[in-house]
Amino acid sequence: MNRSILFRASLLIGSLTLAGCWEAPPMETEQIGFDGVAMQVTSNPDLTEPLKRASVLPEPLPAVAQSEGGPKAGDVYQNVQVLGDLSVQEFTRTMASITAWVSPDQGCAYCHVGNNFALDTIYTKVVSRRMMQLTMQTNTEWYDHVGETGVTCYTCHRGQPVPEHIWFDQPPANRTGGMAANSYQQNHANETVAYTSMARDIFDRYLDGEQEKIRVIAQTALPIRNVTQTQSTQATENTYSLMMHMSDSLGVNCTYCHNSRNFSDWEQSPPARVTAWHALQMVPSLNANFLSPLQPVYPDIRLGQLGDAPKVNCATCHQGVAKPLYGQSMLDDYPVWRGEGLGGDLPYVEPYDPMVPMEQQPETDGEAAAAATIPYRHGAGPADDESASLDPALLETPTGKPVR
Amino acid sequence: MAEYQNIFTQIQVRGPAELGVPIGRDTKNRSSSIGSSKWLGAIANAQLGPIYLGFTGTLSIVLGLIAFEIIGFNMLASVNWDVVEFVRQLFWLALEPPAPEYGLSIPPMAEGGWWLLTGFLLTCSIGLWWTRTFLRARALGLGYHIPWAFGAAIWLYLVLGFIRPVLMGSWSEAVPFGIFPHLDWTAAFSIRYGNLFYNPFHMLSIVFLYGSAVLFGMHAGTILATGRYGGERELEQITDRGTATERASLYWRWQMGFNATMESIHRWAWWFAVLTPICGGIGILLTGTVVDNWYLWGVKHGIAPSYPAVYPPSIDPASVTETMR
Repeated sequence: MNRSILFRASLLIGSLTLAGCWEAPPMETEQIGFDGVAMQVTSNPDLTEPLKRASVLPEPLPAVAQSEGGPKAGDVYQNVQVLGDLSVQEFTRTMASITAWVSPDQGCAYCHVGNNFALDTIYTKVVSRRMMQLTMQTNTEWYDHVGETGVTCYTCHRGQPVPEHIWFDQPPANRTGGMAANSYQQNHANETVAYTSMARDIFDRYLDGEQEKIRVIAQTALPIRNVTQTQSTQATENTYSLMMHMSDSLGVNCTYCHNSRNFSDWEQSPPARVTAWHALQMVPSLNANFLSPLQPVYPDIRLGQLGDAPKVNCATCHQGVAKPLYGQSMLDDYPVWRGEGLGGDLPYVEPYDPMVPMEQQPETDGEAAAAATIPYRHGAGPADDESASLDPALLETPTGKPVR
Repeated sequence: MAEYQNIFTQIQVRGPAELGVPIGRDTKNRSSSIGSSKWLGAIANAQLGPIYLGFTGTLSIVLGLIAFEIIGFNMLASVNWDVVEFVRQLFWLALEPPAPEYGLSIPPMAEGGWWLLTGFLLTCSIGLWWTRTFLRARALGLGYHIPWAFGAAIWLYLVLGFIRPVLMGSWSEAVPFGIFPHLDWTAAFSIRYGNLFYNPFHMLSIVFLYGSAVLFGMHAGTILATGRYGGERELEQITDRGTATERASLYWRWQMGFNATMESIHRWAWWFAVLTPICGGIGILLTGTVVDNWYLWGVKHGIAPSYPAVYPPSIDPASVTETMR
């Protein structure tokens, strides 16, 4: 009798342990390759249903009448550097939509000084301007990645002033120094790499600044001297680690992009891999040209532990879904993010120094930057007095949790 | 549970402890205390001890323990001596081999030196334990089947941690000491070298590994099933074949047309067991040294078929834009 109770108890504990370890079935699989070669995309309805519910688009604001000869925003308002060619009505509509997408609780005051909307004294206004340019560049020059769907502020922000998924440079692990073995930023439980034990500094390695080589798999059946040496198994682990981030960010398994019989072979890869390849060109470019240069603009609370600006990775837009917002496009309702209505040349500036007034930036669209501007500089200059009176609550995310 | 389903030991015999053959002056190497455990008796022999450690056994344990402690304390240091974090992240923690730039040189302790020292101590420990399996087999006048089988496992261990890294010219090619890290290493290793599943020696190793489990299940099932006719007295039945053997043999002839004998089944099991790491070790040894991409090697030699395209074949975008990432 005793033995039987012990047996049943251990059976129960065993099954509970197992149940706690894995996602509960049923899974859904979609075949994407030839029969019997395990080319399939797996998903768990328990996980995807909440994502689908969270991907309902906000109602588009009512369209405004297009008046060709009407006044332009840049003529009516001061210091409109990016959207100046829009009609006043479309400009107002665009601003209202940005507020709804980015700072619905904080309202206009999240970026604008109440009695003078033209002032650049609040840092968020300077950041927003650059983010508008980022959005337009993404939709035009990175068409190979975002396609017709494109992105808007909402793709990343989802009603939050600070997007949920951003990244900072990783400080060294909290390890003992001296003779104790270096674990090379790996071998710790880390969400960044989907809880594998591999390197967690992959964004530094691959998505910002000087990028390490991602391709590690041998391209010949037999070894070629000296090529082998540069593509070590350890380098492979780092690439693998980046791939775990991509997989986790998109909510897909390896075979969404790769034929796993030979990961490196393009000919057998699903078309999604080409789209992803463009992302690996796009993300470092966006970080280098748009996100990182904003570093001096941010107050300390917005910076990483190493003092770097927040940056983007795959999860920033994708948020667990292969096509952000399940591929629903908002561009038809807001064509300005494709650069439409801005009179030809898109007002990007690169390289961009946020400390230099817009009209002094190289290759600036002169008309758009008509108004003089004093850029916001945190912790220095006359602009700081304005920021001192800034409601500290505006620096918090709506959920109240710290940004990092 | 029905009485005849003898999965656990049904009757435990208790009597004076069995000390084994007299071994003269070597007796001092043997533990003197002998215990008895009801729970051990349920799955094996209730008698616990005497254990014979001797010089090789003791030194092996000491060196193995030092290696174990080096790994453990480096893991603990990697979470800044936080015991709670050590327990929480134990499966993730590791002691990493040196980075590729160190090649086969001796790196600083923090940069892989501890890994190298641990590998050396662990190898000494395993070598001494192998010696012990050999010496004890000789002392009892046994064949050397167990040392050879253990040696097969050591072969795979040495290929992974020593022989292949030396041939590749870099300690960095070796395996980290850690639970998840060594698994992630394994997956990365297979990917780096173009999918180990196309490595014929990996294939053979899997055949023998899974085959070992099948044989183990078939043999153990056969013996337990004939236990009610004395089937577990296997060796007696080799010379004096009783109804248990007759029934077991007939059973397998009915099932698959032929049968192993009470003796030969153990040769099957032994060869399947030792061929698992021997083939695996050969497969690892050839990886990166002789073959760099097993999938492409498989295509070259006609073992990797092509399948009809379902989606249009992709073109490497880097070949179009001349950006190489």
